[in-house]
Amino acid sequence: MAAEPSAASRPPADSTNHGFRVVVAWIALSVVATPLVAILVGRLFPPGNGSAQGTEQVLDNTVLLSVITPVVCLLAVFFVYGLRSFHAAPGAVVDGPPLRNDSRIQILWIVGTGVIVLFLAGFGTFELLQNGAGGGQGPNPIAVPGGSKLQVQVIGQQWQFTYRYPSLGGLESNQLVLPENTDVELHVTSLDVIHSFWAYELGVKADANPGSDNVAFVETKGPETFHVRCAELCGLWHGYMYNNGRVVSSAQFQSWASQQKKLYAAIAPFMNKSPADGGAPYSKTYLPLPSERAG
Amino acid sequence: MTAVAAPPPRPLWRRLLGFNLLTALVLGVGGWYVGWFGAHAVKGLSIAYFADTDYNELSVVMAYIGGVVGFLVGLGFLNYPIARMRGYPPSLREKETHGWTRYFSLCTDHKVVGIQYLWGIGLFFFIGGLNAMLIRTELLRPNHQVFPAGTYLTIVGMHGTMMMGMMTSGILGPFANYLVPIMIGARRMAFPRIEALTFWLLMAAGTILTSTIFFGGFPTGWTGYAPLSNEGNPGMDNYLLFFALVGISMTLLGLNMIATVLTMRAPGLTWTRLPIFVWGVLSTAVLMVLAAPVLIATLGMEMLDRTAQTTFFVAAGGGSSYLYQNLFWVFGHPEVYILALPGFAIVLELLPVFSRKPLWGYRLAVGGLLGVSLLSWFVWQHHLFVSGINGDLRPFYMLSTELISIPTGFTFLCGMMTLWRGNIRFTVPMLFCLAWFFNFLIGGLSGVFLSDVPSDVTTHGSFFSMAHFHYTIMGGLVFTFFAAIYYWVPKMTGWELNERLGKVHFWTMFIFFNSTFFPLFIAGFEGQPRRVVTYSSHLQFLNDWVSVSAFLLGISMLVFLFNLVWSLAFVKKPAEANPWSSRSIEFQLPSPVPVHNFDRIPVFSSDPYGYGEGPVPTWVAPAGAPAGSE
Ligand code: HEM
Ligand SMILES: [Cu+2]
Repeated sequence: MAAEPSAASRPPADSTNHGFRVVVAWIALSVVATPLVAILVGRLFPPGNGSAQGTEQVLDNTVLLSVITPVVCLLAVFFVYGLRSFHAAPGAVVDGPPLRNDSRIQILWIVGTGVIVLFLAGFGTFELLQNGAGGGQGPNPIAVPGGSKLQVQVIGQQWQFTYRYPSLGGLESNQLVLPENTDVELHVTSLDVIHSFWAYELGVKADANPGSDNVAFVETKGPETFHVRCAELCGLWHGYMYNNGRVVSSAQFQSWASQQKKLYAAIAPFMNKSPADGGAPYSKTYLPLPSERAG
Repeated sequence: MTAVAAPPPRPLWRRLLGFNLLTALVLGVGGWYVGWFGAHAVKGLSIAYFADTDYNELSVVMAYIGGVVGFLVGLGFLNYPIARMRGYPPSLREKETHGWTRYFSLCTDHKVVGIQYLWGIGLFFFIGGLNAMLIRTELLRPNHQVFPAGTYLTIVGMHGTMMMGMMTSGILGPFANYLVPIMIGARRMAFPRIEALTFWLLMAAGTILTSTIFFGGFPTGWTGYAPLSNEGNPGMDNYLLFFALVGISMTLLGLNMIATVLTMRAPGLTWTRLPIFVWGVLSTAVLMVLAAPVLIATLGMEMLDRTAQTTFFVAAGGGSSYLYQNLFWVFGHPEVYILALPGFAIVLELLPVFSRKPLWGYRLAVGGLLGVSLLSWFVWQHHLFVSGINGDLRPFYMLSTELISIPTGFTFLCGMMTLWRGNIRFTVPMLFCLAWFFNFLIGGLSGVFLSDVPSDVTTHGSFFSMAHFHYTIMGGLVFTFFAAIYYWVPKMTGWELNERLGKVHFWTMFIFFNSTFFPLFIAGFEGQPRRVVTYSSHLQFLNDWVSVSAFLLGISMLVFLFNLVWSLAFVKKPAEANPWSSRSIEFQLPSPVPVHNFDRIPVFSSDPYGYGEGPVPTWVAPAGAPAGSE
């Protein structure tokens, strides 16, 4: 057996107050780093200010980052300080002080992590209940923004999304066009496998499950172009299931709608009855579009 | 070390006949064809597999089931039950075999099984790693370039499935099987044949998953979501059978561990003296036993959907795609803690040795492990925050998910306080443990974003979550897996590993691991979804950086492989019995450990962490005394 270190070979306990030093360095670092990180990195967070929900997510991410920065600082200070101060001389195998416990530190730690966790969960719930944060909430949403909303059904299929506007006579389009500064109520569903409707700049993501209605809300801001991608693996051409959408001014939206209605009139009789004629608001069929996608 | 008289060696050709891997492979192939043609006879005319349009699901499933049965029979798993039925007395004769051939057959020595696991899992880990390299090759350009789309999905799915399936047993298979009996002062596991069975099942499973490429691969990634899986080629059945077999292996492995720790502890080994590694194994084993059966059942339902046209997961037939997701994650979330917990345990086990201080806050550490395994049952729907399932329960799942960080924090606190004022030695295993703190901190803190519903709306299903789980699994589990290898393999094999190469391996792995996965957080934030062949062209620089780092990470793994083969097969420098001056009991035994572990069953009088508290208690008979007085 290798040389067995004995308690006698231990160096005399040093009197430096290491704990005090670490705590002071940690507090100093956190006080400087947290605001800096929040201001500098916070602005870079996704998904940007393309919608009320997007703005809210940016705020949310910034708060989370500000909460975790002091935690990172604590570990950084601890390890930089600890690994420099407490390493053994090369080749030496000397026992350290047999500290086995300290209930004050344990309690402090548990209270500290507990407070952080409860704050995070409380804050996240609060933010979620504002307006759903753009996430799919299932058929009976709990976070519903007030006021009137434009309803749009998002129909996923391999490998594209179709958008249906019940308030425009059941009009269907393969591009999502939305009026500015409007509350939109998206009803996401699928005709085959699971897809996920992700409008990145709008901060919206909602899975499309066959036979079910997944509701998400988004409040548009000014005109912009946004990207739509499928975010749930849906088979062979999942990687090509993307498209652009537009947020346009109200006038442009009206003219777009009337133009689309004319195009749509020719095939409308073959589709579901529109709600105006007593049909169901959301279709179970869809307008097939020959899609010539890459690959 | 052989008190048992070795039988005179027989000629090689004679030894090849009998119950061993060779026979198993022959019977496995035979069983495969029996299943294949048998199912065709039942189901219809098509005898040959020509194309997607003319296949017979049932025959693929039955072929593989037949193959597995043949394989196990060939290894000799039926011999013992048959002998018992014919009235022979119970025995552990398989344990007495000698020489290298025992590594290629059913062996009930827990130390042999541990080493079999190490190499077996290593092999499939290597295949999974090669897949990762192929993924990164494809992602060098924003457009689809090297592989056809279906092949790419198969590669991603095979990488993920292989890694998840194999690495769940990554620590428990090699290290717990080898060490738990020794650490608790026993001579074997509670069920030695079941122990061997778990290993060979895993090998059969790995072969099945690899052979998916002959059946068109599978499009679903490692999650196998229905109804997409209903559309898949016959290769999908390989996924289902792989994971179901892994599930069976996990359940048995867990049961065996629990039974062993509960019933076979040596005198004096009270619950508060149990090494923390054993606590980690126990809490993982409980999760395995409770979670894996859910997986087996779920995959069984999916197999029925595919072969017998049931509609468990088909909305049009009254089923639901949510049902699959729900069941999968009921298994899937405990599963990720099955991957994380052994890592915690290894870190806590090794830190006292290399900072030469007792494990700080033993009870808190145990509480942390058990707390994580308890809470991991209440969080699974955080994988489904935007799916529309139970929208009103999201605040609850947000809270429960974040609560897990409290017991996880115990591991951090106990580990850090163990380092505090210690005499830290920066050996190779210690470096890997210290890296765990860094990696798991990033993994855990990125989890804070994913567990927060508003933030998760953007990060869900993106490369952000991909980076997150690689930080926890690769940074958390695989790093500690290597720590365990450098720490225990000299004990297990009796040969030293090269330290300089070990350090090269560590530093390259640490640096390139971070430079591979950290940028992926940004890619995710910028909107790159998982599992796609195409991405927005402004992300190309980031992706190229990641790919190059990943290749260098691959090379770092080759350094390790070289070290392993070089040190164990060529240099063969004998390892000391206790190279780390550890107080743990396995290091009081000779290297490698003799067949029967102990001459006398040890009597424990303390935990193994009494650094600075006097000399090591004499638990065991002096090393080198003849073993085998069972
Ligand atoms: C050499 C190191 C590794 C590299 C470079 C790597 C790379 C990747 C990449 C690029 C993807 C996903 C691609 C995509 O979603 O488009 C991926 C997925 C995945 N990886 Fe790794 N990986 C490595 C090691 C590991 C390890 C050690 C594990 C687990 C033990 C692991 C588990 C997974 C899983 C579960 C997935 C998800 C597969 C899916 O989406 O179905 N990886 N990996
Ligand atoms: Cu899709």
